Amino acid sequence: MRRIIAVLLENEAGALSRVVGLFAQRNYNIETLTVAPTEDPTLSRLTLTTIGDDRKIEQITKHLNKLIEVIRVVDLTEGEHIERELMLVKVKAVGAQRAEVKRTADIFRAQVVDVTGATYTVQVTGTSGKLDAFVHAIGELSILEVVRSGVSGLSRGEKVVSL
Amino acid sequence: MERLSGGDMLIRALQDEGVDCIFGYPGGAALHIYDAIFRQQRVQHILVRHEQAATHMADGYARATGRPGVALVTSGPGATNAITGLATAFMDSIPMVVISGQVSNALIGTDSFQETDMIGISRPVVKHSFMIKHASEIPEVVKKAFFIATSGRPGPVVIDVPKDTTDPGELFDYSYPETLKMRSYSPATRGHSGQIRKAVDLLLTAKRPVIYAGGGVIQGEASAILTELTRYLGFPITNTLMGLGCYPATDPLFLGMLGMHGTYEANMAMHHSDIILAVGARFDDRVTNDPEKFCPGAKVIHIDVDPASISKIIAAEVPIVGPAQPVLTDMLALLQERIEVAPSLLDREAHGHWLEQIAGWRGQHGLDHGLLKQGSDGVKIRPQAVVQCLYQVTGGEAFVTSDVGQHQMFAAQYYHFDRPRRWINSGGLGTMGFGLPSAMGVKFAYPDAVVACVTGEGSIQMNIQELSTCTQYGLPVKIINLNNQALGMVKQWQDMQYGGRHSSSTYQDSLPDFVRLVESYGHVGIRVTEFSDLEPAMREVFSAKLRDRLVFLDVSVDPDEHVYPMAIKGGSMGDMLLSRTEQS
Repeated sequence: MRRIIAVLLENEAGALSRVVGLFAQRNYNIETLTVAPTEDPTLSRLTLTTIGDDRKIEQITKHLNKLIEVIRVVDLTEGEHIERELMLVKVKAVGAQRAEVKRTADIFRAQVVDVTGATYTVQVTGTSGKLDAFVHAIGELSILEVVRSGVSGLSRGEKVVSL
Repeated sequence: MERLSGGDMLIRALQDEGVDCIFGYPGGAALHIYDAIFRQQRVQHILVRHEQAATHMADGYARATGRPGVALVTSGPGATNAITGLATAFMDSIPMVVISGQVSNALIGTDSFQETDMIGISRPVVKHSFMIKHASEIPEVVKKAFFIATSGRPGPVVIDVPKDTTDPGELFDYSYPETLKMRSYSPATRGHSGQIRKAVDLLLTAKRPVIYAGGGVIQGEASAILTELTRYLGFPITNTLMGLGCYPATDPLFLGMLGMHGTYEANMAMHHSDIILAVGARFDDRVTNDPEKFCPGAKVIHIDVDPASISKIIAAEVPIVGPAQPVLTDMLALLQERIEVAPSLLDREAHGHWLEQIAGWRGQHGLDHGLLKQGSDGVKIRPQAVVQCLYQVTGGEAFVTSDVGQHQMFAAQYYHFDRPRRWINSGGLGTMGFGLPSAMGVKFAYPDAVVACVTGEGSIQMNIQELSTCTQYGLPVKIINLNNQALGMVKQWQDMQYGGRHSSSTYQDSLPDFVRLVESYGHVGIRVTEFSDLEPAMREVFSAKLRDRLVFLDVSVDPDEHVYPMAIKGGSMGDMLLSRTEQS
């Protein structure tokens, strides 16, 4: 099962490498990983998605918690949560394709953020599933380049992950 | 406030941390630190012959005393040579601080001479690591390093120190922090009372209980309370390889070691138990055999300071996160409270039958502790008999370190440890070359103690250069070499699983004359080939006459001996080979 795990950690050199190293060392999978400092510059917030059964996820969260620089670990998928991913796609757009790409982008509430005579660059945000659907709708043949941010997420409601 | 250079601050911080000796080897990037050592008296530096040995000495010191061991190495090869010792300490949760010199900040990342990314290379085998970015951080980093190494589940911590941060020309205000606040690190200090109550409820239902205690009891200074609790309940108890000594081995409730080479009665008791109280043990694969077939009728109560150890291999019915000592103290108090009111809560009758059944198993296939009476000249000496002889001659009072292989298992099986911290071996990583340096570390901690290193001719050659360090510091450790002229455990597996094809496990024509070898270092060597010479020679090794000498006892033992019992691969804990021809 796919899980989204939120990690609050000290914003220090080497902290991220310990998180990534842990996954490699213990044969856990990282599907996506995003990390950036928070409103408190001494803290980084990291969101990662991984796949595993309950037992594996329990081990992953326990081992993450053991890392000295890690302050909080929350499995967002345990409750209601919001996940968002950002994707930039450079698409072939010539002739009839130009209108078709624009239409598809509108359907997905995506924005065209750069234009040339032969290409559109489209920005899509949403769940990973929506991004996959957009790629599928555009068709792999017309896609020139894709970059995705990986998932960011937080809990719905009043629950917060903080110090 | 005092003004000190980075190098002086580092050594001063070690003094303030109460460190009395460090084990190390100098080199370019560490020279400022070495100069700081030279200009003070409180921290003794022990010059080793190889950095791996420095880490094992610090490790042995820590295992014997419970205080963190400290090693100091230079950058590059010094740092990489320390990795095996770090990994050894990490696997066995030993508190240790390794300080590595590093090239100057300006050179980092340029592939400069003797540069290696120590933080990166050590990352998977340390509890934590620090890189000093500025000299002013040194006191706080040292404080944190010792705190992390010794608290919670202990482990090794690396401090990587770029040369420029120890520059004797730059002075800084020095004060050693008295307290420490780390928002991201707060190890459990007590167990959850609700969980302890649940555990007590479950323990009181037990008809066939076993206490399974490991290294965490020793690390957590919980041997006394565990012994009290075990005796109060009258439950049988087994120890892991790392836990030996946490419960008196000569006590009637003690079943011996469990696991791959555990006793028949310990493994059978585990397999047939209904309640297992696991304390500071981690259900290692060398204990459980196939986890799917592990103790089918047992419910597990698991006490461990590290939550990640609980339900990692075997799901715990009642998990208790916390250090063994306070948890067991609370547990015993609660048990006493309950049982005093209603003594019938403990099913003494069922427990009596259970202990009888275990005694039956012991009678059937228990270890034979009378081998010393059975040997004779002209028949090859059995290695087990050598360990029994060592036990007898030292009265069970020695610190015994070991290397890795058959001799290690024989020592674990046949030397009875009645006290914690007396049995010192690399259980998790299985590091050959650990025995001699760790024995030296013990000797530095307790100069008057009897310290024996049980080893083999394979393992001893992995750090034999330390005989020179023993000469320099006058370290009278006693080395008991079970010389079977082969890598015995490898050979045993090849006998059992590879049709006796001894691929790269023998070298009988190229072994040194160990007696002359140790003599060349100024030590005493004694060779034994006949059984009747064994006991007199062992007595000589530990005689008053040789009290201050390193003695190397080289005993020619039966090269065809196997370690039994041995777990049958893929089976349950009850599936064991008991000899070349019998199985359970």
